[in-house]
Amino acid sequence: MTKTENTIEVKKLTKKFKKFTAVDSISFDVKKGEIFGFLGPNGAGKSTTIRMLTTLLTPTSGTAMVEGHDIKKDQNEVRKRIGLVAEKIILYNHLSAMENLEFFGKLNHLSKDEIKKRSERWIERLGMEEWKDAQASTYSTGMKQRINIVRALLTEPDILFLDEPTLGLDPQTTFMIRTFIQELNKKGITIILTTHDMIEAEALSDRVAIIDHGKIQALDTVENLKKKVENKKNPTLEDVFLQVTGLDIRDKRGKAKRAGGPPWRGGGENRVR
Amino acid sequence: MKHVLSDLWQITKKDLLEFARDRIRLITFIIMPIFMMVLTGFIFPSQNSIKNVPIGVVNQNGTTGNQLLDVIKNLEITSGNKAFATKTYSSINAIKDGIKKQEINGGIYIPADFSRDISINKQAQVTIVEDQSNPQISGIATQTLTNVVQGFGQEIGKQKVGVLVAKTGARGPNAGVLITPITSKLEGILPGSTNYFEFVAPGIMAMVVMTAVLTGLAASVSREREQGTLDGILISPISRLAIILGKAMSQSIRGLAQGAIVLLLAIFLFGVTINGSILLVALLLLLGIFSFVGLGILVSASAAEQETATQLLFMFQFPMLFLSGAFFPTQQMPQIMQDIAHVLPLTYAIEALRKVIILGAGVSSVMNELIILTVFGAVTLAIAVPLFRKMITR
Ligand SMILES: Nc1ncnc2c1ncn2[C@@H]1O[C@H](COP(=O)(O)OP(=O)(O)O)[C@@H](O)[C@H]1O
Ligand SMILES: [Mg+2]
Repeated sequence: MTKTENTIEVKKLTKKFKKFTAVDSISFDVKKGEIFGFLGPNGAGKSTTIRMLTTLLTPTSGTAMVEGHDIKKDQNEVRKRIGLVAEKIILYNHLSAMENLEFFGKLNHLSKDEIKKRSERWIERLGMEEWKDAQASTYSTGMKQRINIVRALLTEPDILFLDEPTLGLDPQTTFMIRTFIQELNKKGITIILTTHDMIEAEALSDRVAIIDHGKIQALDTVENLKKKVENKKNPTLEDVFLQVTGLDIRDKRGKAKRAGGPPWRGGGENRVR
Repeated sequence: MKHVLSDLWQITKKDLLEFARDRIRLITFIIMPIFMMVLTGFIFPSQNSIKNVPIGVVNQNGTTGNQLLDVIKNLEITSGNKAFATKTYSSINAIKDGIKKQEINGGIYIPADFSRDISINKQAQVTIVEDQSNPQISGIATQTLTNVVQGFGQEIGKQKVGVLVAKTGARGPNAGVLITPITSKLEGILPGSTNYFEFVAPGIMAMVVMTAVLTGLAASVSREREQGTLDGILISPISRLAIILGKAMSQSIRGLAQGAIVLLLAIFLFGVTINGSILLVALLLLLGIFSFVGLGILVSASAAEQETATQLLFMFQFPMLFLSGAFFPTQQMPQIMQDIAHVLPLTYAIEALRKVIILGAGVSSVMNELIILTVFGAVTLAIAVPLFRKMITR
């Protein structure tokens, strides 16, 4: 099945923090119903892009349409159609899962019944029913992230943004969440997933955008991207990634530092300028 | 727009629930005003708080000197409590040493020729020594001692004048009246006397409430921003006005609760009487809070981190405490400081609260303050809200 209808159209989107350009005039489309992988090293500008698309940051220039609504002008229309799992878990530690969900549900003008029905369905699916009335401060990170995902789904969004959703989680929770993302996508939810985990991007994404230094360096299906790798048989997405973004190690500011030597896996010889 | 109030209330409710569950914050919240009250209530001396102030006495004279000392020793300003605890020294220098060692907070020296001078109608002199390291206590103590000496002198004068008048054979003039032909009668608006604590209590109340709102609002926004939960609120399709007002509301409720703690302590622990209407006190506190909300929003929007917000506020608050007349009357300050004081909303809130609490003033007497606080709040809010909208997505 090929997906053709655009749900997000990004045009020359730019974000500067004072003089530093975090996102540099990027343009791309996301198709309705796809899982769009946003792959890039630390500080590449992934979160900044997501934050602009979810109306949390005002672009310096350029704009984007989400489901036909301008992120600069019709912010509330955009907000009604999206769900966000941000880098930081959106959950109040002193409240229970249900209290958290009720609060965020109410902010989205859902009735108590709707909130309860929708919450319980996903809580059950993610194996949190025993914990739903315990204070979030007693949860592990993985448990918090599961409730955080339920929160993002409360409004039954058309588009779900996930910013590194499995970062720092144990393999079991990671597996659960990845499976769940695919499940949601099968129900028709468009997923935008940022990650710097190659396996995650490769396993989940229909298409992958590789972003570095605030610019999109490559964008295609995983299959097609792999074809572009030179000098290697059966290349992985990591080979693509290293070829596109180079071997320099990034600090958080996005400035490149020369790596001391070749990476632990011999990707060095594949590097093509 | 129709949702603004209900959205606002959701945020307020959530904030208060979160706060109620946070034991540490809850405890500091209750302890802080108590601490402030007790501290200021007990450290600032007032006229009628002078009891058992240790002073040194030297009497090189005999009986007349002892008569004066007896008056000093038995003086009671609040009944049942001796004003001074006297300690006998050998010389004026010994008194000065005693002050240096802080054994005593002042002293009085009666020279050997004290009674002789009196009897030969030469002006006699006693020396009062003051403790300059402690102007508060020493000011009251030396004033009291001076009054005692003067009163004692007048009694002697009365006897002498009495004798003279009798000699002239004139009838009528009373010796006491001749000596002090004019007296003044002190008349306050209220029965009884006010103490310093009644002066500071309204100041502390206004200050506690308003700083709670100012710091509370900024801290609450920056905490949510750092934790990331603010994104969850911002991403919901509700008015930004509802968000910031909801936060302001929860802080105001907390502020008012703290104000109530201060008020109850003032009444029950420090015997302050509220002479005006309690409702007017509440209204003034509310408007005082309102006048600060705009500023609070500005600070919370501009400071990205909690720490920056706190520091920014501290810089702003500290001078304000002293300039707004919470502890010292603004009238005592140099003109320029008074001018600054009259730009601060806190000054008006405090002045009005004082009028209502101490003097029992009604609405009409504090109308000016009510208007100023309302206008100040409305103007800062009108500036702050659009700025908040912009800065929060910078
Ligand atoms: N609020 C901000 N102020 C200044 N610089 C920022 C801010 N947010 C992000 N940056 C910088 O922008 C760059 C991109 O950040 P980000 O989008 O978070 O990267 P990623 O999510 O790809 O790791 C980084 O160098 C980061 O330090
Ligand atoms: Mg990121």
